[in-house]
Amino acid sequence: MIMAGKTAHKKRITRDQWTAAAFLAPSLILIAVFVYGFISWTGYVSFSNWNTLTPDFSFAGLSNYLYLFRDFRFQADLRNTLFFTLFFIGMVIVLGMGIAILLDQKLKGESIFRNIFLFPMALSFVVTGVVWQWLLNPSTGFNQFLKVFGIQPRWYTDTNILAGFQWGAIEFGLPVAILAVVIAAVWQMTGFSLAMYLAGLRGIPDELREAARVDGASEGQVYRRVVIPMLMPITVSVVIIMAHISLKIFDLVYAMTGSGANFVTDVPGVYMFETTFRGNYYAQGAAIAIMMLVLVAVFIVPYLWYNRKGENG
Amino acid sequence: MTALRWTNFFRYAVLLALAVVFLSPVYVIIVTSLKPLEDVSLSTMWELPASIDFTSYSRAFMELAPNVMNSFYLVIPATLLSALFGAMNGYVLSKWKFKGSELLFTLMLFGMFIPYQSILIPLIQFLRTIDLYNTIWGLILTHVVYGLPITTLMFRNFYASIPDTMIEAAKIDGAGFLGIFRRIMIPLSITGFVVVAIWQFTNIWNEFLFAVTITNSDSQPVMVALQNLSGSQIVEWNVQMAGALLAAMPTLLVYILLGKYFVRGLLAGSVKG
Repeated sequence: MIMAGKTAHKKRITRDQWTAAAFLAPSLILIAVFVYGFISWTGYVSFSNWNTLTPDFSFAGLSNYLYLFRDFRFQADLRNTLFFTLFFIGMVIVLGMGIAILLDQKLKGESIFRNIFLFPMALSFVVTGVVWQWLLNPSTGFNQFLKVFGIQPRWYTDTNILAGFQWGAIEFGLPVAILAVVIAAVWQMTGFSLAMYLAGLRGIPDELREAARVDGASEGQVYRRVVIPMLMPITVSVVIIMAHISLKIFDLVYAMTGSGANFVTDVPGVYMFETTFRGNYYAQGAAIAIMMLVLVAVFIVPYLWYNRKGENG
Repeated sequence: MTALRWTNFFRYAVLLALAVVFLSPVYVIIVTSLKPLEDVSLSTMWELPASIDFTSYSRAFMELAPNVMNSFYLVIPATLLSALFGAMNGYVLSKWKFKGSELLFTLMLFGMFIPYQSILIPLIQFLRTIDLYNTIWGLILTHVVYGLPITTLMFRNFYASIPDTMIEAAKIDGAGFLGIFRRIMIPLSITGFVVVAIWQFTNIWNEFLFAVTITNSDSQPVMVALQNLSGSQIVEWNVQMAGALLAAMPTLLVYILLGKYFVRGLLAGSVKG
């Protein structure tokens, strides 16, 4: 900007640069305030004593965080989130990639199938929750079919912890009830990974597969050795996107099951909401929110950083 | 040849089985919503209705209609505004790069991944201060701001595919920043606007956390009303299912009519263009 005004040409560029700045500035200011400013403010609240209706910003040190780590409910939330994330991501990848490979065989009716698997993406988690609550109700829904096989899972009402052992305040292990929520979430989000894998498969030239076949690879080997490794960048993106959805999930659980008995289906998102807006423990809620942010940032920050590097290089 | 036929048969069988599972919720929603309350029982859930009854739809419609309107008042301005801002930012960040613009862009993108719980307490305090708490305008502001990262990302990737030589040629012809935006970028990005608008429409319509914390009673969007309907004491499953279908209808219609663009939005928001 200092060099402006040397020639008419330069001067015009400068005016354009000012306009460009004016285009960008409102958004940058909004993001600075609403994202970074508000996160800092939440952090500040999490160190305060504001645990009643009236704000109290006196310094509480780490007490809100220390409380959380001793808290049965928060420990249960972390356990549930861990197993939810693992099963959710695993199933979304296996189903999404599997269906994508099946659809990539140039079968007739490919677009009908594709749309059947993709349409749940257009729905709200609230709708999914309301419907699956009814489908996985232990006395109805899918259990009416499963009766034939003599199994009657208790789905989200099951309070068992598989392979559980005492750890901290909770029993650590797989909470069976969370699998019901996983099923609903997988139903909704498989379309996402399917769409990404389909786009990825289209980007792999047929010659590569042909070459592998000429070299004597079986169909299975073509996929194991050539196609699936080439889809790796897509898998990384799917894992990151699904992980951040799963770590901050709220609406699906809230609409479908709530916290559940012994908090077997509780997640940090629901805990934060109830603590803050039902219980008026603002500082406590802020501490949960900051913990959620840290968990998401562990995945997202390296991903964003890597993508930025990739762009420059 | 027979081996291939068997493989294809096997492929269809797997796809068909999965399709049946994926569609079963739709079947249950439709069947249940068409039954009168006395026919809705746990044991006959999978059976077709003895007679078609639309009472549950009129009940659900009466309950949800004001909230559906709220959702439209929210979604339309929020979608248009965030698309406009996204186009402006995307234009600068793709065609008028400056030192540090990549970093600013990355810092912006972070805003799209944060759990919104981590900004919710200050946001509500702020909306109370400027008197927008519990208003549709408060929700519009919220969705425009937190939609900026994704709309900027989509437009930036979209504009990156417009060749720089075109911009250079326009500059030589004497066009400036605004002229290029108005006469080249916007006309060339109609598809981009459609993709972004569909994406934002769907997301804002379906969003729940902001809706349930920023509004109560009269200004609540439809998803909150649907959740309240299902949380009420008397469990009328037929009304709930009809309500779920009504609440989902606008985004489902958009998907059915413009699904191609919806998928493009999904890909644009997740993969580097």
